[in-house]
Amino acid sequence: MSETSAWVIFIAAIFTNNILLANFLGMCSFLVCSAQIRTSLGLGTAVTFVMFATTILNYVIYHFVLVPWGLGHLQFIIFIAVIAAFVQLVEMFVERFSPKLYFALGIFLPLITVNCAILGACLFMIIRNYNFLQSVGFGLGAGIGWALAILLLAGLRQKMRYSHVPAPFQGVPIAMIITGVLAMAFMGFAGMVSIQ
Amino acid sequence: MADSQPFACAACRPKGLCQGKGRVTLKGGSWANNPLAVQVLGICSALAVTNRLENSLVMGAALIFVTVGSNLFVSLLRKCTPHRIRMIAEVAIISTFVIVFDQFLKAFYWDMSKQLGPYVGLIITNCIVMGRAEAFALQNPPIVSMVDGLANGLGYAAVLAIIGFFRELLGTGEIFARPLLSGEWYTPNQLMILAPGAFFTLGIVIAIFNSIKGPKPQEKK
Repeated sequence: MSETSAWVIFIAAIFTNNILLANFLGMCSFLVCSAQIRTSLGLGTAVTFVMFATTILNYVIYHFVLVPWGLGHLQFIIFIAVIAAFVQLVEMFVERFSPKLYFALGIFLPLITVNCAILGACLFMIIRNYNFLQSVGFGLGAGIGWALAILLLAGLRQKMRYSHVPAPFQGVPIAMIITGVLAMAFMGFAGMVSIQ
Repeated sequence: MADSQPFACAACRPKGLCQGKGRVTLKGGSWANNPLAVQVLGICSALAVTNRLENSLVMGAALIFVTVGSNLFVSLLRKCTPHRIRMIAEVAIISTFVIVFDQFLKAFYWDMSKQLGPYVGLIITNCIVMGRAEAFALQNPPIVSMVDGLANGLGYAAVLAIIGFFRELLGTGEIFARPLLSGEWYTPNQLMILAPGAFFTLGIVIAIFNSIKGPKPQEKK
């Protein structure tokens, strides 16, 4: 693992190992907030930023605090606390300096705390034993990949408003099917780079 | 007291443990308000671990354990938890149970723990657990909260098992690594094990639920 460059991991996290389409993380807000392109763009940006920052924070905390003290098994609770605290901080910051953005993001910011993609990225980073640079690349790439996926789905769903979907499939089921097709399309990137 | 409630379950009628809400809670959680198929919560793990039936069952068991435990403790502590910090208190309780289960898997079922990977830890951010703590356990006494946790856990585990069954069957032709569809006439469809198969299967399962339950699935309890 250690010989893969951070750049490769960055690209792989966006395309071949897209955190949403290959690892199914962050589905809840993905389905709820993908009705419009604008909201999904806001959410995608927020998630990318928070994911990037918390992967770095959690990397530092895990390797410099938890491991030396033998507290590795507490990683879940520490990670989620770090994420919650960081989101709170970002929220206060955004509210103070950019009220417009704050209202645009609305409920999405606090929701990011329970977005499994964020915690998932942190856990993948630990499980795959990334070093610092690789973690930076992975955090950023996973965030961008997630934002890309939600934007694509939002675009598709906007078009779909004009099509006739069978009654039982309306809403979530058809969104799942479309996501499946998207995932198939992303599988086409598989030969490009690979991490695991 | 329990006699005046039509839905009291027979088991706890004399004591009125669930205050007559036991059965209706159980049914609501596992069928009418099924967390996965009706409310569409917690689908991340539902998609990720269902490539084999075995994984799905273990994940279902994990979620039952965590929802029951966290609902019980959130409910026990509901009177002395300040409203403003209730979220972090809930997260702390939930993570405790998740850590317990994770350590248990690591100690006794190492292979399974390896296969589930980060998804056991991700139960913390599973909306079902948090949602039940927030929506039910905060307002209800401990025993009935446990029933609610059990019901939702069972509902989740059942749907997970269905998805896992079909994905493993169609994807590999095997169930529990025992060949069921013979290789002579059935070519395993690799797509079902990979990501797209998960999305398709869950979409179809939800659509079937919708068509059974009629056009308006989003009724409140």
